[in-house]
Amino acid sequence: MSDASKEWPLWEVFVRGKGGLSHRHVGSVHAADAKMAVEHARDTYTRRMEGVSLWVVPSAQITASDPGDAAALFEPAEDKIYRHPTFYSIPDHIKHI
Amino acid sequence: MYTTDMTGKKTAQPVAEDPARVAAFEARVANDEFIEPKDWMPEAYRRTLIRQISQHAHSEIVGMLPEGNWITRAPNLRRKAILLAKVQDEGGHGLYLYAAAETLGVSRDEMTEALLSGKAKYSTIFNYPTLTWADIGAIGWLVDGAAIMNQVPLQRTSYGPYARAMVRICKEESFHQRQGYEIMMHLAQGTPEQKRMAQDALDRWWQPSLMMFGPPDDKSPNTEQSMRWRIKRETNDELRQKFVDITVPQAEAIGLKAPDPALKWNEARGHYDFGEVDWDEFWAVVKGDGPVAKERMQARRKAWDDGAWVREAARVHAVKRAAAKLAAE
Amino acid sequence: MADAPPPLAACALRLGDDALILGQRLSEWCGHAPAIEIDLSLANVALDQIGQAAHFLGLAGEIEGKGRDADKLAFHRDVMDFANCLLVEQPNGDFAQTVARQFLFSHYQELLYAALAESKDARFAAIAAKALKEVKYHATLASDWVVRLGDGAEESRARMIAGLDWMWRFADELFAADEIDAALGLDKAALRSAWDARIDAVLADATLERPAAHRPVLGGRTGRHSEHLGHLLSEMQFLQRAYPGAAW
Repeated sequence: MSDASKEWPLWEVFVRGKGGLSHRHVGSVHAADAKMAVEHARDTYTRRMEGVSLWVVPSAQITASDPGDAAALFEPAEDKIYRHPTFYSIPDHIKHI
Repeated sequence: MYTTDMTGKKTAQPVAEDPARVAAFEARVANDEFIEPKDWMPEAYRRTLIRQISQHAHSEIVGMLPEGNWITRAPNLRRKAILLAKVQDEGGHGLYLYAAAETLGVSRDEMTEALLSGKAKYSTIFNYPTLTWADIGAIGWLVDGAAIMNQVPLQRTSYGPYARAMVRICKEESFHQRQGYEIMMHLAQGTPEQKRMAQDALDRWWQPSLMMFGPPDDKSPNTEQSMRWRIKRETNDELRQKFVDITVPQAEAIGLKAPDPALKWNEARGHYDFGEVDWDEFWAVVKGDGPVAKERMQARRKAWDDGAWVREAARVHAVKRAAAKLAAE
Repeated sequence: MADAPPPLAACALRLGDDALILGQRLSEWCGHAPAIEIDLSLANVALDQIGQAAHFLGLAGEIEGKGRDADKLAFHRDVMDFANCLLVEQPNGDFAQTVARQFLFSHYQELLYAALAESKDARFAAIAAKALKEVKYHATLASDWVVRLGDGAEESRARMIAGLDWMWRFADELFAADEIDAALGLDKAALRSAWDARIDAVLADATLERPAAHRPVLGGRTGRHSEHLGHLLSEMQFLQRAYPGAAW
């Protein structure tokens, strides 16, 4: 039967679509080591010219925020509308601002 | 359509859960919000998803075999490359789906063992043999056609990783059905032998394709719950009707005929009437008695067993090199 | 192109047949590899080879000028007219044997295409330049697997040694030069030392020795093949042979 410790670890794959863009999470692969993870990511996720650069990260190395804390973490930003440019009214005839 | 529930019995309700949490969850889903891996979810939702996604993944992987049977015999270089790329895509889709299921706390090895032990199901369609080149056309046209019909709405399914895998899969699959129909078109317009081959393939794949949508709605006890949870978006019978309505004119356009004497346009309904599907055959295949079910499982078992030393070697090598690197530091 | 010297068409055939037969062999793995990820990798290599075959065979037909296209050449020749090297027609065997074949061949193919990309003949140079990027990756992929299997577990090491031992007798043929290659200004023998260095470096990393020298087996370039090729062709060419004149 399966033994979790015998399975190749899972890696998260991030692809840069083209120069100038950030790497974006696209999925995962199993691989025994980092080099193999890059090869597997290349052969799995860039078969249709999807990218120019790859990152692979062991899934176990990712620390995620707790969904239970989402309200405390993210909702306080909702009333900081002064961080957005549309908060300030400037007459239309003033240009380049 | 590899997502049909083939258990044929109502999924057991799980242990008691906090009603407030369940209600909040149901409200989020009803509101078309996405559920993500670390979010709280009812145990039954998690289990149903694992079953559906892994079944979908298994179907992609087993589904490589009937078409793979013709890669080495494809009739020209263009067809060979297309078929190989298509079957490879299916492997990729299996991989995306296993990864989506893994976010629910099950490992790929566990899912693979469930498949190989016969515990997990996969789509009945892949238990039929591919006898001639026309079967490659028929599978692309009918089987992928049916699959797309179910997969497009699943891009908006409630579980985020599943929905994202489906987006990728649908994008990649857009050429699959077209290449299948193109093969059939060439055959139907070809020599008499080729035309015969095409009609024979349609004759053999028609009923199994209709079965891909799963049992009739009144024999599909989990449909209501799955639709409420947004992991299914149309009923089996609705999709089957849609498939018949779309496919029959496509067959006629290239001079082929679906093998069903009861098939007739019903003006009043605005749909085709069609004959009853052979459900005894369907349930027999679900239970593992498909014509080539043994061959399919034998092939998967062989690949898994023969590959064990390779997977082990890479693992041992990685451990060895990591240790050597550590020692050198 | 009808007045082009026949040796150039023969050169293109050799290149095309190598890629075609290797692509065909690799495609046999599809659906049966040790892991899904490996299945995808092998299919990518196979697709690259089939693509290269289409280009080189197309060019061969064009130079020959008898109206044969790539498909005609791939599906309507018999064993004695195939000019691929013996290495690529060897059976897949286990995964280690497939890796051994790919390892020896990809490094040769990479060096060959690099030389060909500099060819005076722009048609060959263009195909080789594009394909060079593909086979560079194949060589890396195969080398990495030689190292993993060679310096992996006991069983994988034994299998890797056996795989290399099976394939090794076909290595010399890769570098056997004749007047046909000379027509393209190719000096295959000159690639040998670079190939040796690459192979030795990877084997050292894999903690493996070179297999013991056997008498080289030659003949593929002139149609003297192993028994394996006939079976490969009978499978590959089945539809074209069974339904002459049909379009697909």
